[in-house]
Amino acid sequence: MKALIPVLIGLFAVTAQAATPNEILAGYRAEAAKSNPRYQSSAELGAQLYTHPFGVSAKMPSCSSCHSDDPARGGSHVVTGKAIQPLAPAANAERFSDLAKVEKWFRRNCGEVLGRECSAAEKADFISFVMRGR
Amino acid sequence: MNATHMLAPLFSIFLACAAQADDLRLPAGAPPAFQSECGACHLAFPPRLLAAEDWRRVMAGLDRHYGDNASLDAPTRRAIEAYLVENAGKPRKLGPGGTAAPGEAPRLTATAWFKRKHHEVPPASWRHAEVRSPANCAACHKQAASGSYREREIVMPGGRRWQD
Ligand code: HEC
Ligand code: HEC
Repeated sequence: MKALIPVLIGLFAVTAQAATPNEILAGYRAEAAKSNPRYQSSAELGAQLYTHPFGVSAKMPSCSSCHSDDPARGGSHVVTGKAIQPLAPAANAERFSDLAKVEKWFRRNCGEVLGRECSAAEKADFISFVMRGR
Repeated sequence: MNATHMLAPLFSIFLACAAQADDLRLPAGAPPAFQSECGACHLAFPPRLLAAEDWRRVMAGLDRHYGDNASLDAPTRRAIEAYLVENAGKPRKLGPGGTAAPGEAPRLTATAWFKRKHHEVPPASWRHAEVRSPANCAACHKQAASGSYREREIVMPGGRRWQD
């Protein structure tokens, strides 16, 4: 399952940097379906992931600690205070348009907030949620 | 040659020196990753605000970066480190640096220079919800992203202009 990610990154790197959020979502869906053929991405599960207080980090218990309750609004880093532009592609066209960047931030922030990597299914749910909105 | 011609170069040297403290534009030659990586979670800090040795220590421990993980692939890390070291500040000017916690990398907000420049800032301002950290330069220096720290651009948390 992890083996697919470099392939996906390679694919997008070759076909120029730019991808659409839907393409990136489709990639994670396909990957999730490999271990669970009945998998369907769920914006509802994504919303729960987004607000769930994992509590691994005292300062950033959940994704929403830094991204605010509403992905269309943006937030600010709880430690550095730096403004964070909205995650929702509808509010910020740069989001989910570069798979390498998306992978990098899932790796970092899932590590930070959940204390582990996120699965392809979780990533697909998360993207479904930020695309749908609150 | 008249006196004006002779004084003009002197005058521009004077201006250059006077402008230095509030002009912290990034020196040319930054690798693209400096802005995209080191500017992702906070401002891409001006290299001049830490000494070369301190930058080396920051760059040697990116996987444990003030409680965060900011690790990079080796070629990117080397390129950024070379740029920071090349444009680093003079230890004599910055004064002794420091760390906030034992085992942590040095902080540019802990140098004697930084403390001197900010000795008039009320301690509560650093902890204000709009600021959160002294490293959040842009919370008060509204043009920090473009490297300008002029006094008239400063807006303190709560919206009060520093100069009023
Ligand atoms: C994943 C997020 C992240 C990335 C990427 C990142 N940093 Fe940081 N950095 C932080 C956090 C969090 C702090 C602590 C801020 C605080 O305590 O106010 C910090 C603090 C610092 C400080 C000390 C600031 C002070 O208080 O004086 C320096 C210097 C620094 N970073 C340099 C860098 C450099 C150079 C890079 C690029 C190689 C980088 N950072 C990339 C998150 C990050
Ligand atoms: C809480 C608000 C606040 C924050 C955050 C802050 N500063 Fe300042 N800074 C000030 C104030 C106020 C002054 C002017 C102090 C004075 O004139 O006595 C100042 C002065 C300065 C000066 C001197 C400008 C001159 O004209 O000489 C520099 C340079 C500077 N700050 C850089 C920084 C950097 C770099 C950061 C982030 C690492 C930072 N500041 C964070 C409030 C802040």
